[in-house]
Amino acid sequence: MPKANQMNTVPVVVNSEACIADKGCTVCVDVCPLDVLLIDTALGTAYMKYDECWYCLPCEKDCPTNAITVSIPYLLR
Amino acid sequence: MNDKTETDEFLEVDVLVIGGGTAGPMAAVKAKEANPKLRVAVLEKANVKRSGCISMGMDGLNNAVIPGHATPEQYVKEITIANDGIVNQKTVMAYAERSFDMINQLDEWGVKFEKDETGDYNVKKVHHMGTYVLPMPEGHNMKKILYRQLRRKRVQVINRFMATRLFNGPDGRISGAMLLNPRTGETAVIRAKTVILCTGAAGRLGLPSSGYLFGTYENPTNAGDGYAMAYHAGAELTGLECYQINPLIKDYNGPACAYVTGPMGGYTANAHGERFIECDYWSGQMMMEFHKELEGGKGPVFLKLDHLAEETVEEIEEILHSNERPSRGRFHENRNTNYREKMVEMHISEIGFCSGHSASGIWTDENARTTVPGLYAAGDVGSVPHNYMLGAFVYGAIAGEDAADFCESNDFAEIDPAEIATERERILAPLKREDGIPPHQIEYKLRRLVNDYLQPPKVTRKMEIGQERFAEIRRDLENMSAADPHELMRANEVSFILDCAEMAAAASLYRTESRWGLYHHRVDFPETDNAEWFVHVQTMKGENGMPINFKRDIDSYIVELDESERDAYQKLRVSSTQTES
Ligand SMILES: Cc1cc2nc3c(=O)[nH]c(=O)nc-3n(C[C@H](O)[C@H](O)[C@H](O)COP(=O)(O)OP(=O)(O)OC[C@H]3O[C@@H](n4cnc5c(N)ncnc54)[C@H](O)[C@@H]3O)c2cc1C
Ligand code: SF4
Ligand code: SF4
Repeated sequence: MPKANQMNTVPVVVNSEACIADKGCTVCVDVCPLDVLLIDTALGTAYMKYDECWYCLPCEKDCPTNAITVSIPYLLR
Repeated sequence: MNDKTETDEFLEVDVLVIGGGTAGPMAAVKAKEANPKLRVAVLEKANVKRSGCISMGMDGLNNAVIPGHATPEQYVKEITIANDGIVNQKTVMAYAERSFDMINQLDEWGVKFEKDETGDYNVKKVHHMGTYVLPMPEGHNMKKILYRQLRRKRVQVINRFMATRLFNGPDGRISGAMLLNPRTGETAVIRAKTVILCTGAAGRLGLPSSGYLFGTYENPTNAGDGYAMAYHAGAELTGLECYQINPLIKDYNGPACAYVTGPMGGYTANAHGERFIECDYWSGQMMMEFHKELEGGKGPVFLKLDHLAEETVEEIEEILHSNERPSRGRFHENRNTNYREKMVEMHISEIGFCSGHSASGIWTDENARTTVPGLYAAGDVGSVPHNYMLGAFVYGAIAGEDAADFCESNDFAEIDPAEIATERERILAPLKREDGIPPHQIEYKLRRLVNDYLQPPKVTRKMEIGQERFAEIRRDLENMSAADPHELMRANEVSFILDCAEMAAAASLYRTESRWGLYHHRVDFPETDNAEWFVHVQTMKGENGMPINFKRDIDSYIVELDESERDAYQKLRVSSTQTES
């Protein structure tokens, strides 16, 4: 089947300066109930891979370095 | 994709709890307390540290039965009336009788409830008749406290595995579950003497009006998994036509939250700022009045706080912006909504199944037993109406204790290897299919159809057309393709959602009357017909794989209703704002 690749903005922004995924942190990935965060091993930071967020905030609250900011997903902002 | 799945890992436990949100951890802890020698595991699709409805905490107990404020009998009455009489009172009573002990247990574990100067629980009136709401202004630590108990009682925790199907032994008894790892695509099998389903509501049935698949009222991890698994395991479900529909902040789709603001002077109002319902407690009748006002000339509907004193507003902000759905402050900020100046626009949620708020669930008795031996259900997926968080805890405890008992006298039932192979193939198929429709596209269409055809007001012909569209979606599932294990999880959830949609349509069509206000408002059968329909409507999987429905008598009441109270919930509208309906 032919497919199109559509872009979405995602609600989670990770501050790559503050993120310590390169030191082995995976807290946000561990706690997210929707399992939408991942670690980019090349860049050593967490990022949001899937636009499937409940804007519930465990990722932001539990991040040890306050690297995560969750905003309200665009469609309901 | 390397296929590691031919050699399924095979685990064995006595009690398998599926879902580690609210009811689940309690069930596991209580099973262990009942018999520390049992092997008890909690299986969780996410991570028990932050999973389920209470992932960030909770604003309060919505149904606390506390001596001095309410008796179990009063509570049973209130819920019977709020649910238009269709209740198995024994199940509500079993909750009510343990409600206070559970609050004390949670208090002892470190959950912080609001107390007055003398140290008594500070209960508030929100319901139409009695007083049952106990605030938890510092309710953010629920999950931490439960996790500590899981550790202390040595419960085995299995995170990031979702259950996809249950297995039955040759005699029909429950024998285990199939699991899928949503990160690796690995499958596994757990053999168990008992299974306790605590998988929460069917939160992804309808599509929220924002159109965002995951902007649901319920935690969207709860796609209806447990409803579908129980159905395929041959269990009876009940009240699926009694949808969950809630009044929420428009677009944000979280509670507005009259339970918190009501006792502090806030209320639900129309565009003129007038109160139009006597009571903000969520019920089908309340939702009916809400719906009328929303669609009427004085609509839409708002949460009104702009008349409150500065300290009160600050206190409300402190609770609502830090606890249960803490992102709501950001939502209001984006739209320049300040409670002091503007009323907050409200709307109604998508439809779902949930006994926590409404009454739709897997049929259980007062011991949390389903109709399949060895299978239990507790929390939102169970069938004790308006059970909320404390009900999830109490029924989790009841299920855990009864399951521990069941293990004493029952050994493992066999799992048929052929069934495992079939199930493995079924759940992995979308990953193996390289070219096909992505799960999110099918999900969007399916849930849009649910809105178009099943959402009340319900119309017979529309629901039938819905069934035709669902049959087409069922064929589309044969063509669904997942790009990675994460999408494979979503693909499997889509199949749960479709099962739920088919069950919702069948049960709604079966009950040819109107009941529960908006929840089951059938335009072509507008009257409540007690002669024919004062019964439970049950759903099971039929021979042809489609839902069948039948009636189940209501057990004789253990608490009689006074004639004068019977229709208290039919009189929710403020009389000066009477509309033509
Ligand atoms: C936004 C919101 C606000 C609420 N506010 C209040 C309140 O103030 N007071 C109150 O009393 N009640 C409130 N409730 C209701 C209350 O939270 C619920 O009734 C209760 O928490 C339900 O518990 P549960 O265990 O059934 O479901 P959950 O706590 O949601 O747990 C279900 C768990 O099952 C897991 N799961 C799902 N499918 C699978 C699968 N296939 N395999 C493995 N695991 C799976 C999920 O990840 C989840 O962790 C609120 C609910 C919501 C959504
Ligand atoms: S929790 Fe914070 S520091 Fe850790 S990986 Fe996530 S963003 Fe980075
Ligand atoms: S807000 Fe919730 S759903 Fe969204 S990424 Fe964070 S933890 Fe996950």
